Amino acid sequence: MIRRNRAARYSGAGLLWRGVRNSNWPRVWREPSLKKSYDAVVVGGGVHGLATAYYLAANHGITNVAVLDKAYLGSGGSGRNTAIVRSNYLTPEGVAFYDRSLDLYKTMSADLNLNVMFSERGHLTLAHTDSAVRTMRWRAEVNKLQNIDSSVIGPDEIKKIAPSLDTSPSTRYPILAALYHPPGGTIRHDAVVWAYARAADAYGVDMHQKTEVIDIVCEGGDGPDGKGPGAKVTGVRTSRGDVSTPVVINCTAGWAGLIAAMAGLRLPITTHPLQAAVTEPVKVFLPTVVVSGSLHVYVSQTDRGELVFGASVDPFATYDMRGTLDFTEELAGHVLELMPAVSQMRLLRQWAGLCDITPDYSPVMGFTPVEGFLCDVGWGTYGFKAGPVSGEQMAECVAEQATPELISPFALSRFDSGVLVGEKGAAAVGH
Amino acid sequence: MLLVPCPYCGPRNSADLSYQGEASRRPDPTSTTPGEWRDYLYMEHNPAGWLRENWYCSSGCRRFFTVERHTVTSEFREPPLPGSKTPKPLADTEETES
Repeated sequence: MIRRNRAARYSGAGLLWRGVRNSNWPRVWREPSLKKSYDAVVVGGGVHGLATAYYLAANHGITNVAVLDKAYLGSGGSGRNTAIVRSNYLTPEGVAFYDRSLDLYKTMSADLNLNVMFSERGHLTLAHTDSAVRTMRWRAEVNKLQNIDSSVIGPDEIKKIAPSLDTSPSTRYPILAALYHPPGGTIRHDAVVWAYARAADAYGVDMHQKTEVIDIVCEGGDGPDGKGPGAKVTGVRTSRGDVSTPVVINCTAGWAGLIAAMAGLRLPITTHPLQAAVTEPVKVFLPTVVVSGSLHVYVSQTDRGELVFGASVDPFATYDMRGTLDFTEELAGHVLELMPAVSQMRLLRQWAGLCDITPDYSPVMGFTPVEGFLCDVGWGTYGFKAGPVSGEQMAECVAEQATPELISPFALSRFDSGVLVGEKGAAAVGH
Repeated sequence: MLLVPCPYCGPRNSADLSYQGEASRRPDPTSTTPGEWRDYLYMEHNPAGWLRENWYCSSGCRRFFTVERHTVTSEFREPPLPGSKTPKPLADTEETES
């Protein structure tokens, strides 16, 4: 096997050459056989897992890494989210963290040589009530302190930015103000997965699709089978055989609690589905991302012209990803409330993804009471926009054996000390 | 839509009820350890299988009740009778049964 340090470059000339000759396209990443032992095993082949593996290899030279996914790469939340990125959060910890992620996204196309179609189109969070306006002002002030471009604007200015929004005062939920965040935007989420997978593969990281983790082998713990707090990870059992490894990084969404239970841990996480939908394509008319927390809806228009809608999570915990009529009805009503002009548009598809909700709407990252078992979970409805920085910080966490400052507020131990990072005001619906 | 079998009203749309989360026993505040109290406050079993959970019939009889629901197939089973003294231990809900 030839080990490359950079993925092969894509170029316009290469595209033309292959197109003219009609030759076969090379595989973008290998399908290696499962080795007996790895320096680190990442569970979950989404943006978080692949970014972690990539930065382990690229920044820290740890290349004997496996990424395991029970389906295909990007089959979970990474391929189901609404592809919105922003950094106008509420707590200083959250703002610093997501801003770093936005920086990484901005240069990703060049860094990984794959066009992730980052569209920095601006992000409007609408406020329909006085209390929402107050929260917007609070967020804007926190953001200004951290040098994030974010300000509160009134209905007239909103109308200039997004003319299709109904800003008249006669609606049921009149738009009083909005938090305008110009650096926010959308990214092609599949391309992010492919970019990281391709770049990690070039460093020799093994990606194993259709490889389900059945159990995590531990020793020395208080619980049954040597698991639980105080244990040490020695390997994982998968549907394709056993692997010995000193480090397991749980980068799953939806199944995070089940993977943690394999190491004898409980997490402060409940799994809720979040439903989203997309319409038929039309000409471009919506220039920004529009979010309304009060109406539980966020809308953006894709490059193909489809409107992508998302909602808040379903109100009860379940792993069932069925679409519901409640969602469609509520969504249609609320979108028409914001943009009456789209009443003739038809919905094309509806789908759901699993979100791991924590009590404070912040993730659980870093070390756990089980030695060698790390978590990058609990990403709720905001995991995609944090993918790159999570990978970078988790890789540093593994390589340096110390928690980086940027993610220290999100440690699992915050639930012991009671120092939670309350992001509900900015993360519960707002995308 | 999820039809939740309220033991007092019969099946109702889940939108009529409010979800109260996993049914867990509150430890005795006078004798509990901080770790147990943390587990009670924050930690979840979150099984992919049968889950014992509480609902509040907020738009109906306005009573709380406990049912078991399968979190993958969304089936309900045997809501215990009101005042039932034999709740199943929570450990049972960790297994994935079909």
